[in-house]
Amino acid sequence: MVQFFKRPLLDIVHNHLIEYPTPVNIHYFWNFGFLAFICLAVQIITGIFLAIHYTPHVDLAFYSVEHIIRDVNYGWLLRYAHANGASIFFIIIYIHISRGLYYGSYVAPRHFTWVVGVFILLLIMATAFMGYVLPWGQISLWGATVITNLVSAVPLVGNSIVTWLWGGFSVDNATLNRFFSFHYLFPFIIVAIAFVHMAFLHQKGSGNPLGLIQPVDKISMYPYFIIKDAFGLVLFLLFFSLFVYFLPNLLGHPDNYIEANPIVTPNHIVPEWYFLPFYAILRSIPHKLGGVIAIIISILILAFLPWITNINVRSSLFRPLYKKLFWILFSIVLILGWIGGKPVEMPYVVIGQLITFLYFVYFLIFIPFLGRLEKFLVNYKTVY
Amino acid sequence: MQVALRVGAFAAGGVATVVALGQARPPLLADDDQLHPAQYPWSHRGPLSAFDAASIRRGYQVYKNVCASCHSMNRVAFRNLVGVAFTESEVKEMAEEIEVEDGPNDEGEMFTRPGRLADHFPAPYPNAEAARYANNGALPPDLSLITKARHGGADYVFALLTGYREPPAGVHVREGLYYNPYFPGQQIAMARALYDDGVEYDDGTPATTSQMAKDVATFLSWAAEPEHDQRKLMGVQWMATLTVLAGLMLFMKRFKWSLYKTRRIEFRDV
Repeated sequence: MVQFFKRPLLDIVHNHLIEYPTPVNIHYFWNFGFLAFICLAVQIITGIFLAIHYTPHVDLAFYSVEHIIRDVNYGWLLRYAHANGASIFFIIIYIHISRGLYYGSYVAPRHFTWVVGVFILLLIMATAFMGYVLPWGQISLWGATVITNLVSAVPLVGNSIVTWLWGGFSVDNATLNRFFSFHYLFPFIIVAIAFVHMAFLHQKGSGNPLGLIQPVDKISMYPYFIIKDAFGLVLFLLFFSLFVYFLPNLLGHPDNYIEANPIVTPNHIVPEWYFLPFYAILRSIPHKLGGVIAIIISILILAFLPWITNINVRSSLFRPLYKKLFWILFSIVLILGWIGGKPVEMPYVVIGQLITFLYFVYFLIFIPFLGRLEKFLVNYKTVY
Repeated sequence: MQVALRVGAFAAGGVATVVALGQARPPLLADDDQLHPAQYPWSHRGPLSAFDAASIRRGYQVYKNVCASCHSMNRVAFRNLVGVAFTESEVKEMAEEIEVEDGPNDEGEMFTRPGRLADHFPAPYPNAEAARYANNGALPPDLSLITKARHGGADYVFALLTGYREPPAGVHVREGLYYNPYFPGQQIAMARALYDDGVEYDDGTPATTSQMAKDVATFLSWAAEPEHDQRKLMGVQWMATLTVLAGLMLFMKRFKWSLYKTRRIEFRDV
């Protein structure tokens, strides 16, 4: 079997999935990259089958989703797997990113892997947002209205761009159609960029919890990590099934089971849980354009982490202060998520503004300052 | 006497504090301005429990005799009831009772025919405008998805249907509205619909208000999630299979890794 994969062309499988040298000491948090890929595959496969039955028209979209749930054989399974799959996807990639932050995976020589990863995150967010519009419930319509209106904050041409994005003067059929088209297109772009992510990763190989760079203790991917990933996959499917089969609507909003109505505004327009931290940042800036810039920077700032970090030691295991800072950032994001789901009133406004401030201070002051402090305290030898 | 005075003073102080806090609060949000329903012990609530078919059957009777005069359920077809709470011949009989507009025929004319299994439940009004006109400007919502479309689901429906009461002193209810603490804003355009013995159940169950509310809420839960029973059954099978598979995988992983997990590395000067 192994010989079979040593032929030309097939040797890419041999070199990258069978013989591929992997650090022996990576633990289960290194499963999440593989799981993210599985999530993407689940979304694409369920999505293709949903698209067979879905109708992207304002009069029919809402009912075609119900038609899928009620009349299509196992349509409810497709629909709930796809809707909850998006949430699970975000859980997986947020853990994947947290692992990267904790173990300093973004530090050179894997900085380009990290940067490409941030772009994948942005694309996934865009795809998830457009996907949430497709069922054409109340939150779909009004969420789309709120978020696309952010573009109107662009000086001078903002309103024209919004009209151009909508394909009309409000979120309507033209908007729904193009969102469907892009929602179908983007995942394939994500697949392509995910391969670039992998290509960059496989230049130097996976990092490891110790942050060591020498290829000392590496073992082959097959069978050790294939079987480990397979075990992780089964646990992931158990967790996923819990939502799909027993709590299919827990992560959704009840208002999205009310058909979109342009003349009735819901009491609260709350984004999906995975956007809440960023939504909190947006609302904390008391200026429209400022808020939009803040929300963009809050994500893009991650891409600059390899250059903001001025130390070559990767793992938190050898950076006690950085380990504390990581958990502070973790708490900051959790608090932001909580604030994002709260109405705009006291005391949530002040807490949100304070924590937003801390979020940016973390990246722009804490991280560079910590590097200097550590260099001052410990004389590291730089080894590549 | 003294105790009573103290209790009175305490209560007065409490009320004053609450009033003061209430005034200090920013304007109430619509979502907060209502009583949250209790969690009721639905027979289908647990992860392993299915719908109560007899309750769905009674609930359909309540819907048809009471709710259907104002509320549509346009996502639900007669065929959906077959094998759930009624037999096929029963449902065919029920469907034939209604007149459905069909056509055009060969001459281009629309005609009416008796309902069939494939027909959806008939709507009480031809369009939303007619519904508003007949209901004092309020639109009775379609009930097909109601338990999925409201916070609290079936609990909310039950609480709302049984929650009508006299408004507390000082609350002015607008003309044509009714007081119900479970409704957002607490004033609802729907009058109390369920009264004891409002319907006569086929199976002889005493039709109290709460019995009817429970049955119709079960029926509406089924209507919103007709896949419910199949979903949970499949979930149990799938989770059981995966759990066994997880055990096997763990064994395989530990077996394959045993060499690396038990090795010893020695560093020696050479």
